[in-house]
Amino acid sequence: MKILVCISKTPDTTSRIAFKDNNTKFDDAGVQWIINPYDEWYALVRAIELKEKDAQVIIHLITVGGPDCDPVIRKALALGGDLATRVNSTDSDSFNIASQIAAVAKTEKYDLIMTGKETIDFNSSSVGAMISELLEYPFVSLATKFDLNNDIATITREIEGGEETVELKLPMVISCQKGMAEQRIPNMRGIMSARTKPLNVVEPISVAATTEYLNFSMPPAKAGVKLVPADQVAELVRLLHEEAKVI
Amino acid sequence: MVLIYIDHSEGEIKKSSYEALTYGVELAKLLGTEANGLITGTIHGDAAELGKYGISKVFQVNKPELNTIDAAVLTKVIAQAANDTGAKEIVFSHNTTAKTIAPRVAVRLKAGLVSGVTSLPDLTSGFVIRKSVFSGKAFANVKMNTDIKVISINPNSFHISKNETGNAEVIQLDIPVPASSIKVISVNKVRGEVPLTEAEIVVSAGRGLKGPENWGMVEELAKTLHAATACSRPVADSGWRPHHEHVGQTGIQIAPDLYIALGISGAIQHLAGVNRSKTIVVINKDPEAPFFKSADYGIVGDVFEVVPKLIEEIKKIQ
Repeated sequence: MKILVCISKTPDTTSRIAFKDNNTKFDDAGVQWIINPYDEWYALVRAIELKEKDAQVIIHLITVGGPDCDPVIRKALALGGDLATRVNSTDSDSFNIASQIAAVAKTEKYDLIMTGKETIDFNSSSVGAMISELLEYPFVSLATKFDLNNDIATITREIEGGEETVELKLPMVISCQKGMAEQRIPNMRGIMSARTKPLNVVEPISVAATTEYLNFSMPPAKAGVKLVPADQVAELVRLLHEEAKVI
Repeated sequence: MVLIYIDHSEGEIKKSSYEALTYGVELAKLLGTEANGLITGTIHGDAAELGKYGISKVFQVNKPELNTIDAAVLTKVIAQAANDTGAKEIVFSHNTTAKTIAPRVAVRLKAGLVSGVTSLPDLTSGFVIRKSVFSGKAFANVKMNTDIKVISINPNSFHISKNETGNAEVIQLDIPVPASSIKVISVNKVRGEVPLTEAEIVVSAGRGLKGPENWGMVEELAKTLHAATACSRPVADSGWRPHHEHVGQTGIQIAPDLYIALGISGAIQHLAGVNRSKTIVVINKDPEAPFFKSADYGIVGDVFEVVPKLIEEIKKIQ
């Protein structure tokens, strides 16, 4: 069985968010890059767990990005991917990224394609669903549990107002979130072996730009907290009622 | 024509769908076109009533098998409905349903997609729309280049506008429904409570509550305010509260009008889930808690003393 896990490089959660070049680019000075947490903790680690149960499983990692993605993809290999492909494109449009991944998947024929539920930088929740449409595969989003019995998957997913458990046959695309697996730390053996695992760089296919990021802005700064003494709770209620008008 | 996808759960139209309707009607005014709705599956009540939100027509593909969210099936049906009705802009609310189907619909229609939208478009040079990025810490202006556009708006970002009267013409569309490959084994919906993502007020508590046995006052405060309850990650991880209440980077992201944080220090991962809240109140005995920097109102004090007083004072003004 072949699993493709889609990996995105994102700034660490605690990074200071700032922009440069007239607010047209993310300012990456001093930023620590990580594997997008949803891709790592939920999609990749669940794939590794499936491989631990069945040695026949091959975990292929894919990322779409420039050479600065290599340390992040090496970390994913250290956690437990078998081989990786980097599509050498810095385009950040979801449709472009999905098209690059689908182009690789069309020739490689994966049984299961896994993504995180969204990236923590662009928060679009789009790439997984787009890949599934391009490949005409079923898509199950926001999965919290995934079990496999031969080629039948049992998946619990979040839906509006609750959750449901569904069954369907491979191949498929799923997006993963909390509940799928627990976070892991790469061990020394993994880190050493990651250096020799194949990381193939392929050039992107040409895709029309459906959307373009023009520039960025920051939300207006908060005015600062209004502190109310602990013995004047009535004053807080008055402020919420009369000033903020939220109760 | 602007086509608004009206999502429903077991036949009940979602609050986020009413927000999408209001947004879609405003968008149509801006573009000088008409706004119509689209329902897949069966709903309770009279679809014509949706005219009160300003739409002229409601298209419906009234087949019960569409009540299951199968992205492949719904995509084909919605894309054909969009083609048959001549829709150019398709509006979703960026909820779990839209995250599943809107990107597929966009690909099928060769449309651009922007999700997590927080504004009407600026049309001065093309079609430029603002979306939330970096987990609510920034916005991006995105230009949409395609003839057909799919827009998925952030929940709780737009107010609902409803008139006293108005009747939409309900038009049944005869679109074939392809067979689904997804078999639903069990459904577990939270009933009778305010869903967290739709709640206007959320009362949330953290480790400062010391233990699950102390949640009575959190629930009482929530009940007094008709609010939903939430919690921080350590609380969910310790099993004090269910995981579906966990708000934050890895949990649920919410944007209520009022977020009350009790005994939560406000780690950056927690803020990533709640920083789009319009008003934030923090009650914490530690004056150094980082959450105060992101709050609008705060009390430095013991939650066990402050919360009962808060409940009492709120009841006085109700």
